[in-house]
Amino acid sequence: MIARNAAFASLGLLLLVGCTSFQEITVETPIQAKLDVSQFQRVLVVGFIAGGSEDVDANLETVRLLRNQLRTKSGLKVIETDVLPLTEIALQQAKEPPRDGLAPVPPVDGAAAPASAAQAADKPQAAMTLPTKIRDEKDLQAYDQIFANVAFWKKLGEEFQNPLIVTGTVFFTPLARSGYVNKTQEVIDPMGVRNTETVRTYQNRKGFQLKPKFVFIDGRTGTTIHSETFLEETLYNEQQNTPPLSSYFELMDRLIPRFLSTLSSQKIRGTRVLLK
Amino acid sequence: MRRTLLALGIFVFLAAAFPASAADARSKAKAEVEFGISVAQRGLWREAIFRWKKAVEIDPSYAAAWNNLAIAYEQQGQFESARDAYEKALKLDPNNNFIHQNYDFFKEINDRAKRGVR
Repeated sequence: MIARNAAFASLGLLLLVGCTSFQEITVETPIQAKLDVSQFQRVLVVGFIAGGSEDVDANLETVRLLRNQLRTKSGLKVIETDVLPLTEIALQQAKEPPRDGLAPVPPVDGAAAPASAAQAADKPQAAMTLPTKIRDEKDLQAYDQIFANVAFWKKLGEEFQNPLIVTGTVFFTPLARSGYVNKTQEVIDPMGVRNTETVRTYQNRKGFQLKPKFVFIDGRTGTTIHSETFLEETLYNEQQNTPPLSSYFELMDRLIPRFLSTLSSQKIRGTRVLLK
Repeated sequence: MRRTLLALGIFVFLAAAFPASAADARSKAKAEVEFGISVAQRGLWREAIFRWKKAVEIDPSYAAAWNNLAIAYEQQGQFESARDAYEKALKLDPNNNFIHQNYDFFKEINDRAKRGVR
């Protein structure tokens, strides 16, 4: 009896395998880098203009994180050097007249923006004031002109043997939002059976927003070759106390693959179904 | 009378021959598809592309072959060819959930590749 059952089971299994008209397979889809960095051997993550929350040193943390990621996940040699306090440099450039080839930061408001950054470097501008504390995105935008300061980046490039320079702005700020959220809760029906149902409840939530702008500069010429802005947010229950640094890493974690795909080809693993 | 019989004879011959040749084409294409699957499983995707291309040449109405060809193109990073092949597969077999699922995954990756440049 047992032998007969086993025989039937084996026959059934054989039939099932024989009749299967599909086959799952793992694929690795290559995604080309957005930027051709073949002319660079080295990368210098120099520093960022950071604003928003003061609980996290977004300049230092972003440089550290990007250098680590590039070291392991790109073909470029990462230059290890001190992190530049870019905000202070921009403030100083805005105050001082041009010296040693370092052009001042051109004014943001008022006069029309120069046609090119090279022109900006050629024509010394009047000193301007930048907000010393970067509280909102508008304050941060005022600093954007430092990336057009070709002479400054070119000089920096020469110091480090013409690498690809990675810089930009990082805005990390607390966030509070209220609204309806879906929540799963346990209910017991009139028959006494436990069940779960989704209910919409109004909730106050808090969290963080991270908005980095990565600027890629050619160290040989000092010109911007590419820039990219990302936005990530995370929200928690009002009662939940999440340290800002944890939230910062959680948000950076989400956008790192997109940052890396700018510089190096990536392979995305997945499964597909082959048919017969 | 003879002419009618001749015409009838030709008709009967064609009716018998065509389904047979269609079935023959499908079985030849199926053999290519199966061989393609076996090589793809060993990571020989170029050979798989060659086989599945042959299959769709033999039988252009074979949705499974187009689906497999699309997957192989995707694996090779040839996104435009993959999209064309998926669309052909879906046109031939619009109710096939496997093809829909493959195509959805493909679109998600393709979007990710294009996203982010601002």
